Amino acid sequence: MTQANTLRTAIKAGELKAVDVSKGYGASHFRKEVVSACSFTIERGKLTVMIGPSGCGKSTLIRLLAGFEKPTTGTITLDGEPVTGPARDRLVLFQESALFPWMTTWDNILYGPRARGELTPETRDLAEFLLGKVGLQDFRHKYPTQLSGGMQRRAELARAMINNPRIMILDEPFRGLDAMTKELMWEYYSALYEENRRTNFFVTTDIDEAIFLADRLLIMSNIPTRVRAVFEVDVPRPRRLVSMIENDRANEIKMQALSLLHEEAMKSFSRGSKAAADFVDAYSKRMSKG
Amino acid sequence: MAMGKTSRLHSVYWRGAISIIVFLVLWEVGSLSKTWIKWESFEWLRNVITALGFKPIYLPWIGAVPAPTEVLAVWMTVLTDPGYWQSWYMSFFRVMMGFLAAMIVGIPFGLLLAVSRTAFGIGFPVFEVLRPIPPLAWVPASILFWPTQEMSIAFVTFLGAFFTIVINVVGGARSIDVRYFQAARSMGSSQADIFWRIILPGTLPSIVVGSAVGMGITWEVVVAAEMISGGGSQIGGTSGGGLGFFIWNSYVGGSYEQIVVGMISIGIAGFISSELLRALGRRVTPWLRLR
Repeated sequence: MTQANTLRTAIKAGELKAVDVSKGYGASHFRKEVVSACSFTIERGKLTVMIGPSGCGKSTLIRLLAGFEKPTTGTITLDGEPVTGPARDRLVLFQESALFPWMTTWDNILYGPRARGELTPETRDLAEFLLGKVGLQDFRHKYPTQLSGGMQRRAELARAMINNPRIMILDEPFRGLDAMTKELMWEYYSALYEENRRTNFFVTTDIDEAIFLADRLLIMSNIPTRVRAVFEVDVPRPRRLVSMIENDRANEIKMQALSLLHEEAMKSFSRGSKAAADFVDAYSKRMSKG
Repeated sequence: MAMGKTSRLHSVYWRGAISIIVFLVLWEVGSLSKTWIKWESFEWLRNVITALGFKPIYLPWIGAVPAPTEVLAVWMTVLTDPGYWQSWYMSFFRVMMGFLAAMIVGIPFGLLLAVSRTAFGIGFPVFEVLRPIPPLAWVPASILFWPTQEMSIAFVTFLGAFFTIVINVVGGARSIDVRYFQAARSMGSSQADIFWRIILPGTLPSIVVGSAVGMGITWEVVVAAEMISGGGSQIGGTSGGGLGFFIWNSYVGGSYEQIVVGMISIGIAGFISSELLRALGRRVTPWLRLR
């Protein structure tokens, strides 16, 4: 496993800091603040999960971190260097697959190296290694439409990892997968993380997903978004589904997180958010049962 | 699985064959109406036709068309006429010239409009004003523009496909998911790399669709242009000026069977070129047919 070693030694886990970041859209009194004086740190080599009510501005925050958009005020730095635009050291996995439909799995994975003119025998070996890591050796010549939802997400993980980013940003990557595939992907993804300990930033609206994956859990407020609370999810790794369900510490954190999320959802519910109504409803049902 | 596939294929062929046979039989019966309408038992039908304002000599419309058997007989003799094949060649040649020119000019132009805001701002308003003008309205101007009649016809054919191809390329390139660009830029793509590996393949399906539609229009236009211009250079004698001219010439000469021969020939020619284009389209967009 020489490739595994080269991959591991090559990993540069970065630390990303957001300080007083604000972002709004529209002019003068039509202006809507989406992110407001938001500060947080995505710690080096940790898996940080961000969870917040739907429509709270998480996706906007991701576009800022990735460099697709610039914040109105505040600074975002990666290892002390300011973020000015998109770059390979901050790669984003979007909701739903963004694999290029006209390329096979193999060509998709090699997209980054090829674009930068780094198509060496070593990168080919690395692609081969990653293809095996995500279990898609037999699907290298298939197009994305020929892959299942779970396979597409795995191919995309490989496509991101080959670029060796200092931080991987994942925007609800397992949304839309069926429940069983989703849980398989959690185990799969956290095993991958445990193996290489990159800096990962994972955004979700699913509390079970958040608790299962997180080292640190950022709970976001209602729009305009900022960090409402931070939990250290001190549940040992490696984590497996069965053990997590019965883990008292995990359940305790989950309950605390849920009540905070409920508060935030109530706020947006009182402002007429339809998305929040579902959450408030589900929460009250869950509480009355427990 | 394989059995299911072949039997489905068989039923497709069967349905196709039955539909053509039924069509031919109805046509034959309809066009023979000039004989059977005189029979005594069809007096009611003659009355209905008279009441509708037609002459009761045959069924309206279809009775005036020669029967498929007669058409076939004439076709057999026409097959040995080199002028007929010359017409095929002429029309195909003109369609291909106009069509290829439309692709060569239209695809880069469409891509330019899609990627450059400046080019779009300057080029698109003019394009949108010229686009609704039917290609046939260009015929007189085209005859004035170009030195030879052949070039005039080719130009009108070119216009037929050009606008459709451009509008499809622009639409296709603009509907590419923004996440593909974001992903490509994040992974370190240059502008040129994004053009060749994202925009071009992302637009290919629309190029194929636009070309297929454009090819259909090209056939419509070439036939009409040949009729109007009198067939161009008359290389193959009276019937060698293209399939459009072949029909017109048959009409002037009073051979109604040949009119139908010409019409069906155009149908076949259009079908062949669309099939060729579709096969080519499938080859260049393999990811669309594999599910």
